Amino acid sequence: MSSAIPLLLAIGLGLAGWLVARSRAWKFKREAADGRLASLPNYHAWYAGLWIGVPVLLWGIIWNAISGNLILQHVLSNPAAQGIPAFGMRRDSILNEARNVASGLADRALAPEAQALVEPFREATMLYNGIGIAVALVLALIGAAWAFMRLKPQFGARTRVEKGVLTVLFVASLVAILTTFGIFLTLIFETYRFFEMVSPIDFLFGTHWAPDPMASGAPDGSRYGAIPLFWGTIFIGAIIAMIVAIPVGLMSAIYLTQYAPARLRSWIKPALEILAGVPTVVYGYFAALTIAPAIRDIAMSVGISNASSESALAAGLVMGVMIIPFVSSMADDSIAAVPQAMRDGSLAMGATTNETIRRVLIPAALPGIVAGIMLAVSRAIGETMIVVMAAGYAANLSGNPLEAMTTVTVQIVAMLTGEASLDHPATLSAFALGFVLFIITLILNVIALRVVKRFREAYE
Amino acid sequence: MVIEQNVATSGKSLEAEAEATSAPKISASGVSVFYGDKRAIDEVSIDIHTEHVTSFIGPSGCGKSTFLRTLNRMNDTIPSARVEGTIELDGEDIYHSGMDVVQLRARVGMVFQKPNPFPKSIYENIAYGPRIHGLAQGKNELDQIVERSLLRAGLWEEVKDRLEDSGTALSGGQQQRLCIARAIAVDPEVILMDEPCSALDPIATAKIEELIDELRGRYAIVIVTHSMQQAARVSQRTAFFHLGNLVEYGHTSDIFTNPREQRTQDYITGRYG
Ligand SMILES: Nc1ncnc2c1ncn2[C@@H]1O[C@H](COP(=O)(O)OP(=O)(O)OP(=O)(O)O)[C@@H](O)[C@H]1O
Ligand SMILES: [Mg+2]
Repeated sequence: MSSAIPLLLAIGLGLAGWLVARSRAWKFKREAADGRLASLPNYHAWYAGLWIGVPVLLWGIIWNAISGNLILQHVLSNPAAQGIPAFGMRRDSILNEARNVASGLADRALAPEAQALVEPFREATMLYNGIGIAVALVLALIGAAWAFMRLKPQFGARTRVEKGVLTVLFVASLVAILTTFGIFLTLIFETYRFFEMVSPIDFLFGTHWAPDPMASGAPDGSRYGAIPLFWGTIFIGAIIAMIVAIPVGLMSAIYLTQYAPARLRSWIKPALEILAGVPTVVYGYFAALTIAPAIRDIAMSVGISNASSESALAAGLVMGVMIIPFVSSMADDSIAAVPQAMRDGSLAMGATTNETIRRVLIPAALPGIVAGIMLAVSRAIGETMIVVMAAGYAANLSGNPLEAMTTVTVQIVAMLTGEASLDHPATLSAFALGFVLFIITLILNVIALRVVKRFREAYE
Repeated sequence: MVIEQNVATSGKSLEAEAEATSAPKISASGVSVFYGDKRAIDEVSIDIHTEHVTSFIGPSGCGKSTFLRTLNRMNDTIPSARVEGTIELDGEDIYHSGMDVVQLRARVGMVFQKPNPFPKSIYENIAYGPRIHGLAQGKNELDQIVERSLLRAGLWEEVKDRLEDSGTALSGGQQQRLCIARAIAVDPEVILMDEPCSALDPIATAKIEELIDELRGRYAIVIVTHSMQQAARVSQRTAFFHLGNLVEYGHTSDIFTNPREQRTQDYITGRYG
């Protein structure tokens, strides 16, 4: 069933119920002795509309998820499907072709087996669409019956709708959590497959990273040491970039909230936020074409002869600039949110503006500031483009910022887009890398929360 | 600039009336305050004496807070505010370009309408001023200042076992006394209070009034209040403001029993305001 149909059904039937319930409620209102209802007519309308629309919608979601499979089963039970291969790519392409022709996406199937299956597909689709719509109508009917039986002048539709809204809000907040959970599960599964081939010890503590996508047979664990990648990630994203972003971001936030005249602030703040919207590829060009060569030239001129044109420093610096807006806009908002009374209190004690900022405003705004920094760190750690372009692919365990380095995310991309097949350890290593990255960011966030709890000065 | 006649005369007659004791602590003459183009205070002249409580009364919006804030230059924090005229503290013009505002505010402390303790511990709230002004050598001396300030503010007994708790965890009345303690920790000469009791219940108010009475012996205190009873109870001098003008200023007893101006009479008898 096309995914638009349940949505349209839900909206259409819900709207019908909404209108009918509303006119019923108005009728109650006219007939009521004092012209009053326990709830406004609109609430009656929403009550009925939700009872009809929501079940249909939920059914649509479920049916969308399972009907494809049911149709397939139905088609496969057709005698015309006996001849196709039991598994493999050819079987998939035959079924796909037949399905596409049946649903009108393609004109004609190339494979004769596929052509034979078009008609069964069409029939099955019709059948299951019919079933889906029928069930939706039945559900709508049940919902309508339930809702309309309860509509009375004294019915508290208002509180019921309130509960309905609450549920909707709750579900919305679950979406993000469930998605995270889903990502986590995928990662765990693939990571487990990787660790069946390469020992976690080799992976987590090895210092040599050189997966060979062409190798077959049992992988060589010593080539999967991820330490250089983690080091590169931390060095570029959490050290160099933060050395740039934290002071600059904080200072610009302080200037904007405490010193800048309103006119200037209304210019600079949006300009800073534009920085956050520049695509990272563009930063990448800038890093690779301007900053990296400049750094190399400077290094050469002070006598470092082996400076390369790709360097962790170039990537880190540009990344730092990229995340300034994350630090500064969160810090700006949270400093501006500290009540004026705190500031006045401090100034009236004879503190200078600077002392007031350091001793009163920043401690009170700490949660927002730290949250901004955490966001920036996560952003920096996850950044790929700039590193690829300015720091390169070479896994390198070194404390020298002038050397080429690589990071976890760059290698994830490299491994996933490489030559190796999906179940080769080189490809699977991407999932293990992602998993560890996930854990690291999680730990960073927990630590940040702790820090905030410990040092925060809550003004309310 | 033309000085409005009635203000000038009321200021002068007042001087004549004042007992020939010490020189005034604060002496304002011809002070006008503007917010942008709007005039909020119009040519106010007033002398404020030490060891006195002076109360400012008047209907809402008449400029009491505005004038109070000129006395420690807190109006400087409002970009649109502009002050004309002279205000002298011990004979020194505080709007003089060489004036150190930070020093001035250490000498002229302020307590706000809504208690605004810092979100720090009780101890840190009091230690804040002495720290930034470098008043204490070492932890011992700081401890002493904290204890003395809390004692003077009548809060010591209630908080001495919980100095590490957050200042914001106190009750409203305790918070306001904490703010007073914080202000006196830097040993000011003048304390300005802008409706310090308006957020408090009668018991907490009584405590603050008692405290003001005790503090009077050491400081010049200026208090803005909407409560006629409060002005009568705590202050020795009362100034009545109306529409940015200082209408009448004199001994509290005179103002309340025998006002010279009709407007004052109307206000204190509750006819408007
Ligand atoms: N920051 C400001 N910007 C512009 N105008 C202001 C500002 N603060 C006060 N005013 C104006 O100045 C006048 C005096 O205000 P002020 O706060 O001094 O009155 P008040 O006597 O303290 O009143 P209340 O008793 O209500 O506190 C008012 O008309 C007010 O609108
Ligand atoms: Mg006021």
